[in-house]
Amino acid sequence: MANQQIDLTSVKPYGDTLNDGMMQMSFTLPVPNGAEAEEAAKRLAVKMGIEEPSVVHAKDLGVGYTMFVVYGKCNYTVDYANIEVPKVDVEVMDKYDVEAFIKENIKRDIVIVGACTGTDAHTVGIDAIMNMKGYDGHYGLERYKGVDAHNLGSQIPNEDLVARAIELNADAIIVSQVVTQKDVHIPNLTQLVELLEAEGIRDRVLLVCGGPRINHELAKELGYDAGFGRGTYAEHVASFIVNEMLRRKLV
Amino acid sequence: MQSKLNLDKALIERARNSARNIAEDMQGFIDKHTTITVERTIVRLLGIDGVDDIERPLPNVILDHIKEGGGLSRGAAYWLGNAIVNTGKTPQEISEEVSSGELDIMTLPTADEKRIKEEIGKLAEEMVSRIKKNRKVREDFIENLGEGNKPYLYVIVATGNIYEDVLQAQAAARQGADIIAVIRTTAQSLLDYVPFGATTEGFGGTYATQENFKIMRKALDEVGEEVGRYIRLCNYCSGLCMPEIAAMGAMERLDVMLNDALYGILFRDINMQRTLVDQYFSRVINGFAGIIINTGEDNYLTTADAVEEAHTVLASQFINEHFALKAGIPEEQMGLGHAFEMNPNIENGFLWELAQAQMTREIFPKAPLKYMPPTKFKTGDVFKGHVQDALFNMAAIMTGQSLQLLGMLTEAIHTPFLHDRALSIENAKYIFGNMRNLGDEIEYKKDGIIQTRAAEVLEKSALMIEEIEAEGLFNTIEQGKLAGVKRTFNGGKGLDGVIVKEDEYFNPFIKLMLGGKE
Repeated sequence: MANQQIDLTSVKPYGDTLNDGMMQMSFTLPVPNGAEAEEAAKRLAVKMGIEEPSVVHAKDLGVGYTMFVVYGKCNYTVDYANIEVPKVDVEVMDKYDVEAFIKENIKRDIVIVGACTGTDAHTVGIDAIMNMKGYDGHYGLERYKGVDAHNLGSQIPNEDLVARAIELNADAIIVSQVVTQKDVHIPNLTQLVELLEAEGIRDRVLLVCGGPRINHELAKELGYDAGFGRGTYAEHVASFIVNEMLRRKLV
Repeated sequence: MQSKLNLDKALIERARNSARNIAEDMQGFIDKHTTITVERTIVRLLGIDGVDDIERPLPNVILDHIKEGGGLSRGAAYWLGNAIVNTGKTPQEISEEVSSGELDIMTLPTADEKRIKEEIGKLAEEMVSRIKKNRKVREDFIENLGEGNKPYLYVIVATGNIYEDVLQAQAAARQGADIIAVIRTTAQSLLDYVPFGATTEGFGGTYATQENFKIMRKALDEVGEEVGRYIRLCNYCSGLCMPEIAAMGAMERLDVMLNDALYGILFRDINMQRTLVDQYFSRVINGFAGIIINTGEDNYLTTADAVEEAHTVLASQFINEHFALKAGIPEEQMGLGHAFEMNPNIENGFLWELAQAQMTREIFPKAPLKYMPPTKFKTGDVFKGHVQDALFNMAAIMTGQSLQLLGMLTEAIHTPFLHDRALSIENAKYIFGNMRNLGDEIEYKKDGIIQTRAAEVLEKSALMIEEIEAEGLFNTIEQGKLAGVKRTFNGGKGLDGVIVKEDEYFNPFIKLMLGGKE
């Protein structure tokens, strides 16, 4: 049973006792292993708001750098009670409910075009959402009745994606971005929005992006209708698309 | 080797025969064609390097010049040879003059064919002996310095900056790594040229350039001397420049190259005619240079299901084996790929992984098998990720794998941090040491879960290869029967770089590296 005495306006990490603040962390400092290195790690922890830091492990990494495992007590708290996180606001239906929803409310097949765009060659995300097989027991959109799903694959230029979306008269475009090193996904995602606007079809199509480093807030900021992060399956994306199509009368 | 799986030998033989016929059938097509990158490779091997004032590689400049002059089907060696006989200049000088517009090698008088071949032959011999010398240097290093135990610990560096890569690679070698792969920047596989010089900017990896190869080779030789083990260097011979990368690797003494016959077609949408012709010459070079190739079967399992599609891995291994034999690659250099990619929630999944790893070992007893780690079912849970990698390492040591691409606990999160790699190496060293001879002590129960699984995969695989043999490889790919990916004969990137050879065409390196006809 959860402890009833938790003050949700002021929570801190839990180790083995409420409000002990215990945290574990691991990092590397570019200094050689030794007493000075451990002291440096502790001082860094203190600056991070960790009280009584203890270096439980230090290891030389072969180039005069040292990896640490550190435990300590966090002296900050957060107000959990007053947090609001922008999320895709939709009740998630399973595959069969989505199919029934389409049949009942949209009354035609919907067209979804997906791609992993720009220079990104990692299809694992778009495949998980779109391919017949899906991921981890969750079927992909290709298997949904009433969904005409087109997975264009990886390294698709935004121009080609837009051209295909126009050609297929797509109801929704879904874009996967896995490589986000040096924020390479931001200009790429932005360019897609600009292209759709230039073609004058941005209002006619739902635009969704996803990837391990994507969230709804970022997606909205970039001009997308929704963004999905890790742990997303086809039914999440499908539920959003069909509900939003109905809401916007794009049926 | 004592078989632990009681595999059906006649079935293995049948599958091999089918794979041989598939490769044979394709070789007919390959022999009739060349490609723009094959020709650029030839001029590179004849001594052309560098870029013009707008950073265009001179091999591209020369080949564009020959293309404009309508001479591709005759082969670049002929035109370059003719220019040498006419001008008495070196290939490098000729390429620089063509680049500046001072020389047009397509309008020179036609020299005597025999003299052309003599001039080209001399240059080709020089390059071939340089590559031979590299082989010898590698062998000497291994003999004098020694090397790590198998499975070799194989890790990737991917900072985008070759100098930062050097730091990470040397750290990894000191921690215990045996092979360092410098992963390429995203999308290099789609460039129809090879960038030039040392590079410090890349996304998710570092450009493969000859200078970068040289910098890393030197760094690994240094650290190898220090740790008393030869450290192997790996790069990626795939995409639109397969043979050019192979040539650069041979010149700079790389040791391992990703070099799959079909990967580019299926996973990078490169035209199938282009890839088949390119893979052949790239493999001839790798074979001759003593480079271990790595095939990309693990990719079949990241796009498809590792349980249902296990047989496609074995089928591809058979096909890769025969394409490699055609290109003169001995079994000892065939790093056939497979992967530990089943969903960790499957009950007894480890037994199936073990069955498949053991099966691969027994079917390809001499091959330095490349075993790929779990990636598809890695999550942000780094603690679980570390355990998944431990199971992967156990399967490897129990089944005698050769090149172990180490899994990273942060696989689904970022390119490895310095300490991610250190933890991974520690994980592998612990398991490989602590369980070193466990495999020798184990026999599998007759008709148990493991033997049954291996028999099933082999049977499905043999059926699949027979189907491909009947259908032809091109048709099979067009129908989407490999990896569930459909590609058309004339679709994909790079088709315009495929050229039908004239009767007089010649490539001096095929004969020198492989023997037989040019």
